[in-house]
Amino acid sequence: MAEPRTRQFVTPEGVDLRLELAGVGERAAAFLLDLIILMLVLIAFTIAALFVLVGTGPAGGQAMAAIWLLGFFLLRNFYFTAFELGTRGATIGKRVLKMRVVARNGGRLSGHAVVARNAMRELEFFLPLSFFAYESSQGLADFATAGAGLLWSGVFVLFPFFNRDHMRVGDLIAGTWVARQPRRTLRAAVVERQAAPLYSFTDAQLGAYGEFELQKLEEVLRRGDELAMIVVARTIRTRIGWTGAQGDELPFLQAYYAALCTRLERNMLFGQRRRDKHAQG
Amino acid sequence: MSVPDPTGARFRDLRQADWERLETLIARIERGRASSLSNEDLFELPVLYRGALSSLSVARETSLDADLVGYLESLAARAYFILYGVQPPLWRRIAQFFAVAWPQAIRSLGRETGVAVAMLLIGTLAAYWMVSRDPSWFYAILPSDLAGGRGPHASAAELRATLYDPGDALAVFAAFLFTHNSQMALMCFALGFAFGVPTVLLLFYNGCILGAFLAIYVPKGLGLAAAAWLSIHGTTELFAIALAGAAGLHIGMAVAFPGRAARVDAAVSAGRTAAIAMLGVVVMLSVAGVLEGVGRQMIRADGVRAAIGGAALLGWLLYFYVLPLRTDAADG
Repeated sequence: MAEPRTRQFVTPEGVDLRLELAGVGERAAAFLLDLIILMLVLIAFTIAALFVLVGTGPAGGQAMAAIWLLGFFLLRNFYFTAFELGTRGATIGKRVLKMRVVARNGGRLSGHAVVARNAMRELEFFLPLSFFAYESSQGLADFATAGAGLLWSGVFVLFPFFNRDHMRVGDLIAGTWVARQPRRTLRAAVVERQAAPLYSFTDAQLGAYGEFELQKLEEVLRRGDELAMIVVARTIRTRIGWTGAQGDELPFLQAYYAALCTRLERNMLFGQRRRDKHAQG
Repeated sequence: MSVPDPTGARFRDLRQADWERLETLIARIERGRASSLSNEDLFELPVLYRGALSSLSVARETSLDADLVGYLESLAARAYFILYGVQPPLWRRIAQFFAVAWPQAIRSLGRETGVAVAMLLIGTLAAYWMVSRDPSWFYAILPSDLAGGRGPHASAAELRATLYDPGDALAVFAAFLFTHNSQMALMCFALGFAFGVPTVLLLFYNGCILGAFLAIYVPKGLGLAAAAWLSIHGTTELFAIALAGAAGLHIGMAVAFPGRAARVDAAVSAGRTAAIAMLGVVVMLSVAGVLEGVGRQMIRADGVRAAIGGAALLGWLLYFYVLPLRTDAADG
């Protein structure tokens, strides 16, 4: 049962990496972060320009104004492109939120795809914005223009909600996806190999659960929440009809986890998988 | 009952060192320090990557440790994007772009370019005709920040001054025009997505600005001078805007009439050609910006201005349509 947001992504070696697509919320957050960074850079740039202006007088002012305009233009149009062309395929905002841009066909992310998806951003975001800014500066923002502007941006803003891959229009044109790329560290196995098991279970007792429950048990053991462990241990004992020693939840759960895992994995080798406790095993 | 060997214990012991080695190598590349890798590291990388992939396959089939599988998935994906995302060196990509990809993209946009140029011309003629008949149209067509004190009621001397005297804020004005026109070109491209209709309108409007502009100069006997003044950078710039519009139309047509391909696939392949053309448009607009910022202010003679503009146009046409092309796969 694949998660709705997981997509097949088969490498040339034939292994499916099962990429997980980023959600609309995460992408909006990353974009917001990028906008804040752009804004801060622009403010710093402006302050620097003003200092130079004070230093050189009006003659240097012309040059500074020209440089400021060009700088703003470059920043607005090339910030996203430059970062997404790098090895990480992500702007700073996307990096922080652990995402990257990926070519939908599984190939490498090409330069023109990055250019296309970011040129469309102009239409999706900056055009309505500059339109509103211009209209309100002219005092012309009447009901009709505001309505048309909202409708316009609404179409693009809502676009990612209405396709199952959460693509922007830019992603659609460029043939890209935004995938989550969490960095994970390998944690120690939940249960170390034991020289001799403290508890032993019968086959019937181990047959009570399947893979789903095993992985839930793994989560509980990793979290190490004592209250949860007491509840889980009591549930398991009731279900398997445990008559042995009570108390000592942690060793009991670890032993049960190890025994269940061994049994299920051995069955897997024989081609028998058991999804959960409802499946026939 | 056998001694429990919970998942991964033996499996992990055997392979964990390799995974960790791969992880450190990837982390170094991701931090942009690929050059610090030795030759042995580089030879090792694909081997370690395949090892991680096979570990992942094995773990999925034999292990129930969700944490282990998740870790291997993340590791293999990161390694994949580094190994298969490698781009050729920048200089070769740039050379390839100028030698093959750009002219090829422009050539395949021939039909759309024709339409875009026609729209510009029709706009020019229409506005010229309207402003000639009723000068008040001028103010309806031209945004005040572009008019810069020109108008139907300015005297011949005033108009002549706008053509030959360098103003005070020329550098600023040139930079403003450059960013304005680039934004305009980007918009022509992006609006193509809406079946190309707004692109056509925008091109038409651009032509209108040009026509209105000429219409106030020609009656005062300054037609040729104005044309020369415009042409020095205008040939490059208007051509660039037309190409941006053509790129937009190309996408719009693919979305509207995808033919046999699925609509999305048609959009992607059209988007590829159009994006390469757009990269070129940015280059052309920078050239136009230089011509405008330097050439127009320094050179006052009409003949020289027209010659530079004409040479530029001829150069672009030769480069795009006449130059022989190697037919390598365009890739960028």
